[in-house]
Amino acid sequence: MTLTEFTPLAGAMGGAMIGLSAIVLLAAAGRIAGASFIFAGLFTTELDGNFVWKALFIAGLLFGAFLAGQFWFDAAAITFPSGPAVTALSGLLVGIGVTLGNGCTSGHGICGLARFSKRSLMATLVFMAVAVATVFITRHALGA
Amino acid sequence: MRAILTILSGVLFGLGVTISGMVNPMKVLNFMDINGQFDPTLLFVMGAGLATTLAGYRLVLRRKTPFFAERFHMPSLTVIDARLVGGAALFGLGWGLSGFCPGPAVASLVFGTSQSVIFVAAMALGMVAARFVARRPA
Repeated sequence: MTLTEFTPLAGAMGGAMIGLSAIVLLAAAGRIAGASFIFAGLFTTELDGNFVWKALFIAGLLFGAFLAGQFWFDAAAITFPSGPAVTALSGLLVGIGVTLGNGCTSGHGICGLARFSKRSLMATLVFMAVAVATVFITRHALGA
Repeated sequence: MRAILTILSGVLFGLGVTISGMVNPMKVLNFMDINGQFDPTLLFVMGAGLATTLAGYRLVLRRKTPFFAERFHMPSLTVIDARLVGGAALFGLGWGLSGFCPGPAVASLVFGTSQSVIFVAAMALGMVAARFVARRPA
Protein backbone atom coordinates (compact mmCIF):
# COMPACT_ATOMS: atom_id res chain seq x y z
CA MET A 1 0.00 0.00 0.00
CA THR A 2 1.21 3.46 -0.89
CA LEU A 3 -0.35 6.72 0.14
CA THR A 4 -1.57 8.88 -2.72
CA GLU A 5 -2.01 12.63 -2.50
CA PHE A 6 -5.57 14.01 -2.39
CA THR A 7 -5.84 16.09 -5.58
CA PRO A 8 -9.41 17.45 -5.80
CA LEU A 9 -8.67 20.17 -8.39
CA ALA A 10 -6.95 17.84 -10.89
CA GLY A 11 -9.67 15.28 -10.19
CA ALA A 12 -12.51 17.71 -10.92
CA MET A 13 -10.77 19.07 -14.02
CA GLY A 14 -10.18 15.56 -15.33
CA GLY A 15 -13.77 14.61 -14.52
CA ALA A 16 -15.10 17.66 -16.37
CA MET A 17 -13.03 16.66 -19.41
CA ILE A 18 -14.51 13.14 -19.34
CA GLY A 19 -17.93 14.82 -19.23
CA LEU A 20 -17.05 17.08 -22.17
CA SER A 21 -15.91 14.00 -24.07
CA ALA A 22 -19.32 12.39 -23.54
CA ILE A 23 -21.13 15.58 -24.62
CA VAL A 24 -19.05 16.02 -27.79
CA LEU A 25 -19.59 12.39 -28.86
CA LEU A 26 -23.35 12.51 -28.27
CA ALA A 27 -23.76 15.92 -29.93
CA ALA A 28 -21.63 15.11 -32.98
CA ALA A 29 -22.26 11.41 -33.59
CA GLY A 30 -25.20 10.50 -31.35
CA ARG A 31 -23.07 7.94 -29.53
CA ILE A 32 -22.54 7.04 -25.87
CA ALA A 33 -18.92 7.45 -24.68
CA GLY A 34 -18.55 4.15 -22.86
CA ALA A 35 -14.92 3.05 -22.83
CA SER A 36 -15.57 -0.69 -22.58
CA PHE A 37 -18.19 -0.69 -25.35
CA ILE A 38 -15.94 1.31 -27.67
CA PHE A 39 -12.78 -0.71 -26.92
CA ALA A 40 -14.59 -4.06 -27.29
CA GLY A 41 -15.78 -2.89 -30.71
CA LEU A 42 -12.20 -3.03 -31.98
CA PHE A 43 -12.30 -6.82 -31.82
CA THR A 44 -14.39 -7.57 -34.86
CA THR A 45 -13.91 -8.98 -38.33
CA GLU A 46 -16.28 -6.45 -39.89
CA LEU A 47 -14.20 -3.36 -40.59
CA ASP A 48 -17.16 -1.07 -41.32
CA GLY A 49 -18.07 2.44 -40.15
CA ASN A 50 -18.99 1.08 -36.76
CA PHE A 51 -15.41 -0.11 -36.36
CA VAL A 52 -13.89 3.09 -37.74
CA TRP A 53 -15.47 5.54 -35.28
CA LYS A 54 -14.45 3.35 -32.35
CA ALA A 55 -10.87 3.12 -33.66
CA LEU A 56 -10.78 6.92 -34.07
CA PHE A 57 -12.01 7.42 -30.50
CA ILE A 58 -9.40 5.02 -29.08
CA ALA A 59 -6.65 6.66 -31.16
CA GLY A 60 -7.70 10.03 -29.73
CA LEU A 61 -7.83 8.57 -26.22
CA LEU A 62 -4.25 7.29 -26.49
CA PHE A 63 -3.08 10.64 -27.86
CA GLY A 64 -4.87 12.50 -25.05
CA ALA A 65 -3.20 10.34 -22.42
CA PHE A 66 0.18 10.87 -24.09
CA LEU A 67 -0.41 14.64 -24.20
CA ALA A 68 -1.40 14.72 -20.52
CA GLY A 69 1.73 12.73 -19.67
CA GLN A 70 3.88 15.34 -21.41
CA PHE A 71 2.53 18.33 -19.53
CA TRP A 72 0.18 17.66 -16.65
CA PHE A 73 0.72 14.19 -15.28
CA ASP A 74 3.81 12.44 -13.93
CA ALA A 75 3.64 8.84 -15.16
CA ALA A 76 6.26 7.89 -12.57
CA ALA A 77 3.48 8.19 -9.97
CA ILE A 78 1.72 5.11 -11.40
CA THR A 79 1.89 2.33 -8.84
CA PHE A 80 0.43 -1.15 -9.18
CA PRO A 81 -1.11 -2.58 -6.02
CA SER A 82 -1.13 -6.10 -7.46
CA GLY A 83 1.37 -8.44 -9.12
CA PRO A 84 1.12 -9.60 -12.76
CA ALA A 85 -0.97 -12.71 -11.98
CA VAL A 86 -3.64 -10.78 -10.05
CA THR A 87 -3.58 -8.06 -12.72
CA ALA A 88 -4.23 -10.66 -15.43
CA LEU A 89 -7.07 -12.25 -13.43
CA SER A 90 -8.50 -8.78 -12.80
CA GLY A 91 -8.37 -7.92 -16.51
CA LEU A 92 -10.17 -11.13 -17.38
CA LEU A 93 -12.92 -10.45 -14.78
CA VAL A 94 -13.31 -6.85 -15.96
CA GLY A 95 -13.55 -7.94 -19.61
CA ILE A 96 -16.22 -10.55 -18.85
CA GLY A 97 -18.06 -8.29 -16.40
CA VAL A 98 -18.38 -5.22 -18.64
CA THR A 99 -19.50 -7.39 -21.56
CA LEU A 100 -22.24 -9.16 -19.60
CA GLY A 101 -23.20 -5.95 -17.75
CA ASN A 102 -23.08 -3.78 -20.91
CA GLY A 103 -20.81 -1.09 -19.53
CA CYS A 104 -18.22 0.23 -17.12
CA THR A 105 -17.44 3.36 -15.10
CA SER A 106 -17.89 5.70 -18.07
CA GLY A 107 -20.80 4.00 -19.86
CA HIS A 108 -22.91 3.34 -16.76
CA GLY A 109 -21.37 5.64 -14.11
CA ILE A 110 -21.22 8.82 -16.22
CA CYS A 111 -23.29 8.53 -19.42
CA GLY A 112 -25.94 6.17 -18.06
CA LEU A 113 -26.56 8.12 -14.86
CA ALA A 114 -26.66 11.38 -16.86
CA ARG A 115 -29.60 10.05 -18.88
CA PHE A 116 -31.35 8.67 -15.76
CA SER A 117 -31.05 5.01 -16.75
CA LYS A 118 -32.25 2.65 -14.01
CA ARG A 119 -30.02 -0.12 -15.38
CA SER A 120 -26.99 2.15 -15.11
CA LEU A 121 -27.89 3.20 -11.56
CA MET A 122 -28.17 -0.45 -10.54
CA ALA A 123 -24.92 -1.40 -12.31
CA THR A 124 -23.03 1.55 -10.77
CA LEU A 125 -24.24 0.75 -7.24
CA VAL A 126 -23.30 -2.92 -7.67
CA PHE A 127 -19.82 -2.45 -9.13
CA MET A 128 -18.91 0.31 -6.64
CA ALA A 129 -20.12 -1.77 -3.68
CA VAL A 130 -18.34 -4.94 -4.86
CA ALA A 131 -15.13 -3.00 -5.57
CA VAL A 132 -15.15 -1.41 -2.08
CA ALA A 133 -15.87 -4.82 -0.50
CA THR A 134 -13.06 -6.43 -2.54
CA VAL A 135 -10.56 -3.80 -1.37
CA PHE A 136 -11.72 -4.21 2.23
CA ILE A 137 -11.25 -7.98 2.08
CA THR A 138 -7.86 -7.97 0.31
CA ARG A 139 -6.36 -5.11 2.34
CA HIS A 140 -7.88 -5.57 5.79
CA ALA A 141 -9.52 -8.96 6.26
CA LEU A 142 -6.69 -10.83 4.51
CA GLY A 143 -4.12 -8.24 5.62
CA ALA A 144 -2.40 -8.13 2.26
CA MET B 1 -16.43 16.69 -39.30
CA ARG B 2 -17.93 13.78 -37.40
CA ALA B 3 -14.58 11.94 -37.58
CA ILE B 4 -12.68 14.96 -36.25
CA LEU B 5 -15.11 15.44 -33.36
CA THR B 6 -14.97 11.70 -32.56
CA ILE B 7 -11.18 11.96 -32.30
CA LEU B 8 -11.58 15.13 -30.17
CA SER B 9 -13.95 13.25 -27.86
CA GLY B 10 -11.33 10.51 -27.49
CA VAL B 11 -8.60 13.08 -26.79
CA LEU B 12 -10.73 14.71 -24.07
CA PHE B 13 -11.39 11.29 -22.54
CA GLY B 14 -7.67 10.42 -22.56
CA LEU B 15 -6.75 13.79 -21.05
CA GLY B 16 -9.49 13.43 -18.43
CA VAL B 17 -8.65 9.97 -17.13
CA THR B 18 -4.95 10.85 -17.05
CA ILE B 19 -5.08 14.33 -15.47
CA SER B 20 -7.59 13.08 -12.89
CA GLY B 21 -5.13 10.38 -11.83
CA MET B 22 -7.43 7.46 -12.66
CA VAL B 23 -4.63 5.91 -14.74
CA ASN B 24 -2.88 5.28 -11.41
CA PRO B 25 -4.44 2.06 -9.99
CA MET B 26 -3.10 2.79 -6.50
CA LYS B 27 -5.04 6.06 -6.41
CA VAL B 28 -8.25 4.30 -7.43
CA LEU B 29 -7.83 1.56 -4.81
CA ASN B 30 -7.11 4.17 -2.14
CA PHE B 31 -10.47 5.74 -2.99
CA MET B 32 -12.17 2.40 -2.45
CA ASP B 33 -10.25 1.85 0.79
CA ILE B 34 -12.70 3.72 2.98
CA ASN B 35 -11.32 2.17 6.17
CA GLY B 36 -7.66 2.69 5.28
CA GLN B 37 -5.63 5.13 3.22
CA PHE B 38 -8.71 6.89 1.88
CA ASP B 39 -8.04 9.25 -1.04
CA PRO B 40 -11.36 10.93 -1.97
CA THR B 41 -10.09 12.29 -5.32
CA LEU B 42 -12.24 9.91 -7.38
CA LEU B 43 -15.36 11.40 -5.82
CA PHE B 44 -14.41 14.71 -7.45
CA VAL B 45 -13.71 12.99 -10.77
CA MET B 46 -17.07 11.22 -10.80
CA GLY B 47 -18.92 14.27 -9.42
CA ALA B 48 -17.52 16.73 -11.96
CA GLY B 49 -17.87 14.19 -14.78
CA LEU B 50 -21.49 13.45 -13.96
CA ALA B 51 -22.46 17.11 -13.38
CA THR B 52 -20.89 18.17 -16.70
CA THR B 53 -22.53 15.32 -18.61
CA LEU B 54 -25.93 15.88 -16.97
CA ALA B 55 -25.96 19.53 -18.05
CA GLY B 56 -24.58 18.84 -21.54
CA TYR B 57 -26.84 15.86 -22.27
CA ARG B 58 -29.92 17.92 -21.40
CA LEU B 59 -28.94 20.55 -23.97
CA VAL B 60 -27.93 18.04 -26.66
CA LEU B 61 -31.03 15.85 -26.28
CA ARG B 62 -33.31 18.84 -26.93
CA ARG B 63 -32.32 18.33 -30.56
CA LYS B 64 -34.10 15.78 -32.72
CA THR B 65 -30.84 14.53 -34.24
CA PRO B 66 -27.12 14.88 -33.53
CA PHE B 67 -25.21 17.51 -35.53
CA PHE B 68 -23.39 15.06 -37.82
CA ALA B 69 -25.38 11.82 -37.65
CA GLU B 70 -28.87 10.68 -38.59
CA ARG B 71 -30.01 9.70 -35.11
CA PHE B 72 -29.07 9.23 -31.47
CA HIS B 73 -27.95 5.67 -30.74
CA MET B 74 -29.30 5.26 -27.22
CA PRO B 75 -29.17 1.95 -25.32
CA SER B 76 -32.49 0.17 -25.73
CA LEU B 77 -32.38 -2.25 -22.79
CA THR B 78 -34.48 -1.28 -19.78
CA VAL B 79 -34.78 -4.50 -17.77
CA ILE B 80 -32.68 -5.05 -14.66
CA ASP B 81 -31.80 -8.73 -14.93
CA ALA B 82 -29.30 -11.20 -13.49
CA ARG B 83 -26.94 -10.65 -16.39
CA LEU B 84 -26.66 -6.92 -15.64
CA VAL B 85 -26.19 -7.40 -11.90
CA GLY B 86 -23.84 -10.38 -12.30
CA GLY B 87 -21.78 -8.59 -14.94
CA ALA B 88 -21.50 -5.46 -12.79
CA ALA B 89 -20.47 -7.62 -9.79
CA LEU B 90 -17.72 -9.37 -11.81
CA PHE B 91 -16.54 -6.00 -13.06
CA GLY B 92 -16.49 -4.61 -9.49
CA LEU B 93 -14.49 -7.62 -8.29
CA GLY B 94 -11.92 -7.17 -11.06
CA TRP B 95 -11.76 -3.39 -10.52
CA GLY B 96 -11.24 -3.87 -6.79
CA LEU B 97 -8.42 -6.38 -7.34
CA SER B 98 -6.25 -4.22 -9.59
CA GLY B 99 -7.63 -0.66 -9.48
CA PHE B 100 -7.99 -0.61 -13.26
CA CYS B 101 -11.22 -0.03 -15.17
CA PRO B 102 -11.33 -0.14 -18.99
CA GLY B 103 -10.89 3.54 -20.02
CA PRO B 104 -7.92 4.39 -17.77
CA ALA B 105 -6.33 0.98 -18.43
CA VAL B 106 -6.30 1.53 -22.19
CA ALA B 107 -5.05 5.12 -21.69
CA SER B 108 -2.21 3.88 -19.46
CA LEU B 109 -0.79 1.84 -22.36
CA VAL B 110 1.02 4.97 -23.56
CA PHE B 111 3.09 4.98 -20.35
CA GLY B 112 4.60 1.63 -21.30
CA THR B 113 4.22 -0.35 -18.10
CA SER B 114 4.02 -4.12 -18.56
CA GLN B 115 1.14 -4.40 -16.08
CA SER B 116 -1.03 -2.18 -18.33
CA VAL B 117 -0.33 -4.45 -21.28
CA ILE B 118 -1.14 -7.57 -19.20
CA PHE B 119 -4.41 -6.04 -17.97
CA VAL B 120 -5.61 -4.82 -21.38
CA ALA B 121 -4.73 -8.12 -23.10
CA ALA B 122 -6.57 -10.13 -20.44
CA MET B 123 -9.53 -7.72 -20.62
CA ALA B 124 -9.74 -8.11 -24.42
CA LEU B 125 -9.68 -11.88 -23.99
CA GLY B 126 -12.47 -11.66 -21.40
CA MET B 127 -14.57 -9.44 -23.68
CA VAL B 128 -14.29 -11.78 -26.65
CA ALA B 129 -14.92 -14.87 -24.49
CA ALA B 130 -18.00 -13.33 -22.84
CA ARG B 131 -19.58 -12.57 -26.21
CA PHE B 132 -20.16 -16.28 -26.70
CA VAL B 133 -22.19 -16.33 -23.50
CA ALA B 134 -23.96 -13.02 -24.08
CA ARG B 135 -27.12 -12.79 -26.14
CA ARG B 136 -26.01 -9.64 -27.86
CA PRO B 137 -22.46 -8.34 -28.40
CA ALA B 138 -21.63 -5.54 -25.96
